[in-house]
Amino acid sequence: MIINHPLLGPRDSAEFTYLGDASLIHRPDWQDDDALKNFTNYGYVRDNPAGLHRELWFHEGGDRSWLVVTRDTTTHEITAVELARDVARAEGRSK
Amino acid sequence: MRYSALKVMKEALTGHTGWKPAWRDVDPQPAYDYVIIGGGGHGLATAYYLAKVFKQSRIAVVEKSWIGGGNVGRNTTIIRSNYLLDGNEPFYEFSLRLWEGLEQDLNYNAMVSQRGILNLIHTDAQRDAFIRRGNAMILNGADADLLTTAQIKDMYPFLNTDNARFPIKGGLAQRRGGTVRHDAVAWGYARGADLCGVDIIQNCEVTGFLIEDGICHGVETTRGTIKANKVAACVAGSSGRLMAKAGMRLPIESHVLQAFVSEGLKPLLPGVITFGAGHFYCSQSDKGGLVFGGDIDGYNSYAQRGNLPVVEDVCEGGMAIFPMLGRARLLRMWGGIMDMSMDGSPIIDRTHIDGLYFNGGWCYGGFKATPASGYSYAHLLATDTPHKTATAYRFDRFEKGRMIDEKGMGNQPNLH
Repeated sequence: MIINHPLLGPRDSAEFTYLGDASLIHRPDWQDDDALKNFTNYGYVRDNPAGLHRELWFHEGGDRSWLVVTRDTTTHEITAVELARDVARAEGRSK
Repeated sequence: MRYSALKVMKEALTGHTGWKPAWRDVDPQPAYDYVIIGGGGHGLATAYYLAKVFKQSRIAVVEKSWIGGGNVGRNTTIIRSNYLLDGNEPFYEFSLRLWEGLEQDLNYNAMVSQRGILNLIHTDAQRDAFIRRGNAMILNGADADLLTTAQIKDMYPFLNTDNARFPIKGGLAQRRGGTVRHDAVAWGYARGADLCGVDIIQNCEVTGFLIEDGICHGVETTRGTIKANKVAACVAGSSGRLMAKAGMRLPIESHVLQAFVSEGLKPLLPGVITFGAGHFYCSQSDKGGLVFGGDIDGYNSYAQRGNLPVVEDVCEGGMAIFPMLGRARLLRMWGGIMDMSMDGSPIIDRTHIDGLYFNGGWCYGGFKATPASGYSYAHLLATDTPHKTATAYRFDRFEKGRMIDEKGMGNQPNLH
């Protein structure tokens, strides 16, 4: 797989390590009444879709940036690559 | 029809005209007591034990394509019970004991071959860990032997014991481990279940569940609605896809694992060797091909094929420990989809929906578990209580902090 890095251009996926579902950007609030349930789900439960999947990749063998890659889990085709920082900010994290 | 040597000789003399199909091809009935989703090794074993041991009837196995076409037809056929933790070892030892009696029980030649499995040791710390594991195995009634480098050289003179990074400093052997002919496991269980009256319905994909007020009453399939008192999901690899139809999210990610087989060679590798530090393990099939594999690719996938970096990694590991492998040509490679669970251990449990049961999360270790998985799942379905060796395989272990994490990797499925 080739990941088209927004800053560095096309890079071999072997330069990256994989974390998982991009929803991990949204860490639950520890002060919520449902915090225990939310953290259990955050830590251990996944959508695991067959089809488009937004996921976190870390460019360990490169510029050490975190990316959000949109990839089809049935074909491995990558349709979008964004900097995780931009995604997190657009979704209201780390203002 | 019982298979026997006498029967083979009789058929040989009469032109092999008397053999019958090993199981019936049936249409689905409108209702059953039990519908098992998934005609793989685990699903067919569940049906077999449910009918044979637990004396239940009106059982159907529904399979979306042909039976034995998923992971039971894609694995590397190894059986062993060399686990450390209390939640696992009694279960896998129970499984190995069932393997030992399987062919007599099924009256089917599954080519169970206890040729022994050897895990290689490279450091003092690893030796300590393997001694502890071996003791845990012995405490649970399994067998384990710690071997020296000299003993390993005797057994496998072709191994490179002086690799600069991973010199072989010993090994943990389980001599009762070995290999089994994988397809014959599916076919043997299918035949055994069919003889007990189980309906095996192929080309019948589940498209939805009939769930009302938190109770599951059956399944919608491509061959019509089938009602059932108890519905048992058993589709490891596709668990995420199937259970989403019941609105469930799971502590599982689906990942692809690749496997490889070389061209056929003369007998050279009598047992199974695992080189965990180098992400490589190997055995030789009875047809002569070296069957080997390594790590999962490491990203979510349902594609049943992997990518080249892992091919390179596996072959490098193989060459490091097993240099003569370089002279063999690769014949085939393929991928299978694993239910990678959050602690590397499986789930056999009821769901929060009454009448809906779940068996999955087998990671890349489901094949060896086939008999015990079927037996334990049948126990759960028939009695609504877990089998004594499978009490730890619950959904709520993540919430309760009772993970069964053999490798101590935490909730990162691609590291298990």
